[in-house]
Amino acid sequence: MAIPKPSRRDFLKTSGHLLIGFNLLPLAYCQPKDEEGLGYSTYEGIPERPHLDKNLIDSWIRLDADGHVTVLTGKQELGQGIRTALLQIAAEELDVDIDRCHIINGDTGQTANEGYTAGSNSVEGSGKAIREAAATARNYMLSLASVNWDIDIESLEVKNGEILGPSGQKASYWELLDGKYLESKVDNKIAFKDAKNHQVIGNSILREDILNMVLGKTHFVHDLRLPGMLHARIVHPPSYSARLVSVDVESAISLQGVLKVIQDGSFLAVVAKREYQAIRAWEKLKELSTWESEKITVLPDQLFEDLKRKSQSPQTIEQNNSILSKINQSNKKHRASFFRPYHMHGSTGPSCALAKWEAGKLTVWSPTQGVYPLRNTLADLFDINEESIRCIGLPGSGCYGHNGADDVSAEAALIAKAFPNVPIRLQWMRENEHMWEPYGSAMRIELSAGMDAQGLITAWDTQIWSDTHSTRPRGDAGNYVSARHLENPFTFDKGGFSGGSYRNATPLYNISDKRLLLHNYDGPLRTSALRGLGAYGNIFALESFIDELSHLADQDPLNFRKNNLDDPRAIAVLDKLAKETGYHDRIKKSDTGYGLAFAKYKNSAAYLAVLAEVTVFKDKKSFHLKRLTAVIDAGLCINPDGLINQTEGGMIQSASWTLLEEVHYDENGILSKDWNSYPILRAMKTPEVKVHVINRPEEKPLGAGEAAQGPVAAAIANAVFDGTGTRVRDLPIKAEKIDW
Amino acid sequence: MPIKLKVNGTARSLEVESDEPLLYVLRDEFGLNGAKFGCGLQQCGTCMVLADGEAVPTCVQPCKNFEEMEIQTIEGLANGDNLHPIQESFYKEQAAQCGYCLNGMLIAGLALLKKNSNPDEEEVRSALDKVICRCGTHNRFIRAILKTAETNSKF
Repeated sequence: MAIPKPSRRDFLKTSGHLLIGFNLLPLAYCQPKDEEGLGYSTYEGIPERPHLDKNLIDSWIRLDADGHVTVLTGKQELGQGIRTALLQIAAEELDVDIDRCHIINGDTGQTANEGYTAGSNSVEGSGKAIREAAATARNYMLSLASVNWDIDIESLEVKNGEILGPSGQKASYWELLDGKYLESKVDNKIAFKDAKNHQVIGNSILREDILNMVLGKTHFVHDLRLPGMLHARIVHPPSYSARLVSVDVESAISLQGVLKVIQDGSFLAVVAKREYQAIRAWEKLKELSTWESEKITVLPDQLFEDLKRKSQSPQTIEQNNSILSKINQSNKKHRASFFRPYHMHGSTGPSCALAKWEAGKLTVWSPTQGVYPLRNTLADLFDINEESIRCIGLPGSGCYGHNGADDVSAEAALIAKAFPNVPIRLQWMRENEHMWEPYGSAMRIELSAGMDAQGLITAWDTQIWSDTHSTRPRGDAGNYVSARHLENPFTFDKGGFSGGSYRNATPLYNISDKRLLLHNYDGPLRTSALRGLGAYGNIFALESFIDELSHLADQDPLNFRKNNLDDPRAIAVLDKLAKETGYHDRIKKSDTGYGLAFAKYKNSAAYLAVLAEVTVFKDKKSFHLKRLTAVIDAGLCINPDGLINQTEGGMIQSASWTLLEEVHYDENGILSKDWNSYPILRAMKTPEVKVHVINRPEEKPLGAGEAAQGPVAAAIANAVFDGTGTRVRDLPIKAEKIDW
Repeated sequence: MPIKLKVNGTARSLEVESDEPLLYVLRDEFGLNGAKFGCGLQQCGTCMVLADGEAVPTCVQPCKNFEEMEIQTIEGLANGDNLHPIQESFYKEQAAQCGYCLNGMLIAGLALLKKNSNPDEEEVRSALDKVICRCGTHNRFIRAILKTAETNSKF
């Protein structure tokens, strides 16, 4: 196969800098291009310039002189394929070939502030903004043609950016603009193209970045190599509370290639000419440094008791004063407790960032999920204006939430301060990432419910004990771990506990009486957002419990769910799952277990139902997760293969959390320091996955990236129960927890 | 000390400390970004290259150990303007999410195909088991390698 060369790469070299956008900017805004990113093809379609106002088309869609379209988004590419999906949306509504379109991701120098790329919000948020801007732009160009030709706008059509009139009139968007600077506001009420006319949306357009990856081309922030760049490594303390007592800096500096050891309080880093020299010095510095620390007092065997004992008085999310008596008076009642341990993001590539200070101005190249929150938190760290900082987002290794990406960016900037005008590249080592990333919080979930004689759930009580699910930096430098280690440390204020803890805790089922209490807990390990936040634990508990109730009601688990649901889209994913898997015709074999689960992510995003199949080896006292089959309804599907890829990934990742994972620690700190001490699913044990999509072109697109996390955990637990008769309620579900 | 390496068919020599692992030489001296740093412990496979046709991690082994070997990296697989069949399969199957592990998966798959041009799924899984993928793209990698085998190409 010849290497495909889409025109959107070819034009990069040829187009000029003449600006014909919808927004007139003084020339002073047109900054010189950054030509330093060696290995990166700099985009020359439109010169870099800041966005001015989210309400202007120019913040999302720009047309330039040579027939190209630049799409801007404040969201980051995290491996979820958002670049391709957003390009499809823009090309569709603008009526241009996708090859004409180029996309720029989060960059405080260019794109709008869209906060964090999180919560499965990118298609719903940025996609909507781009869709509206593109539709407004198309409409604007049609009105221009309509006036020029003095004909009704309704009689015009557009083909690949060319407007065609009924009597053979013809003009491209770019011809119509004719060098004029025009601007317009986004019309939030603009009608989108009728779904039956979609040509780009709904197609599995191939992700072009994957082509670059198979060729080994530059893609990640890790691959950025700036002229004169130096390499840094950071020595984190051996445990959270550790303070640096002494370090033999002289011995470290004497190592070949080492230029500087930076010590500021307990912040310890080394800078060298070559990467490997920095790594050797990092290893040596660990030996040359002495630390003192306090012991961790809440150890794993006491954690779930401590959660209950030391939590704050509960926050009432949903009140119902008579809930307990209602459950007690029910025809059938049940209660159970569920537990999830701390889980790791465990990015394949340790976090990496580059930073450079020039004349008091800071530029950071970062794999962050949010360039603007990074900028305002760096402004706090260095006590400078936000305007003096530019944060450029580049793809990192998949993060699945708040991993080390923001910390490493702040640390690179702290180190670079000692080397004005020199770009510093800092990459974490494996143990930095494993030991210092903020984990997904451990949780304890207690459920009780009552049913009537027909197996309809009448009352449901949920109590959750959890540490916070978000400590993302949002302006306070104390959220960066290393800022807490400086001589003049920033303090960390955990702040208000986030709603992430009770995400998806309210059942979507028809239940007249419900109560939801959240007990916030300040636990022993650092925690923050991990894919799905509390939804993973909550859906694991809720959908395991539903399975238990269905057995109590003596009903098939699928029928039981349907009987207790109203939402037709929820019922539709269950029905399709039954059809695709032959669920109702399955033959019960003694060595096989089937488990079902369902959720609508956040009770507002994608619907997903999943069936897990486990094979049981009773003689060996083990089981194997053989297959996962899911049905997802994410509304209007932008890119079916992209949606399937993300969902497959979420399913496998959740299976790994559910079957294998828990962060180990003892009184001296984290013990899960690498892939041997924190094993995850590898190819041999990976289940087969199949994802079916219900496309609803008439509906709005729904966030899908986290939809699988919770349901898969419960489906596995339910399959293990079906196959072995043991109900495992404390994750991970390991063979030794089963009563053989 | 002077080191002589043959990378993607080209002989190169450089002055480097003898214990420096091959990974840093490839990335920092030769600008070959395909092999990635993942763990530095030979546990994750993202840093693999083909050395005399075998998939080997490069994050620990000193570059001098590779002196007499034919080193092939992911950058050296395409033939001019044509993708290598395994590159084509990975692209067509869209076998990546974040893509950080893609190099390791592709190199491990290619090393298998060089030894066994018609592997079954179990053999593919076994070959990929040494590579960590956190996005959960395993099934697509497996499929891409089986599809590559179906092309009956010479590896």
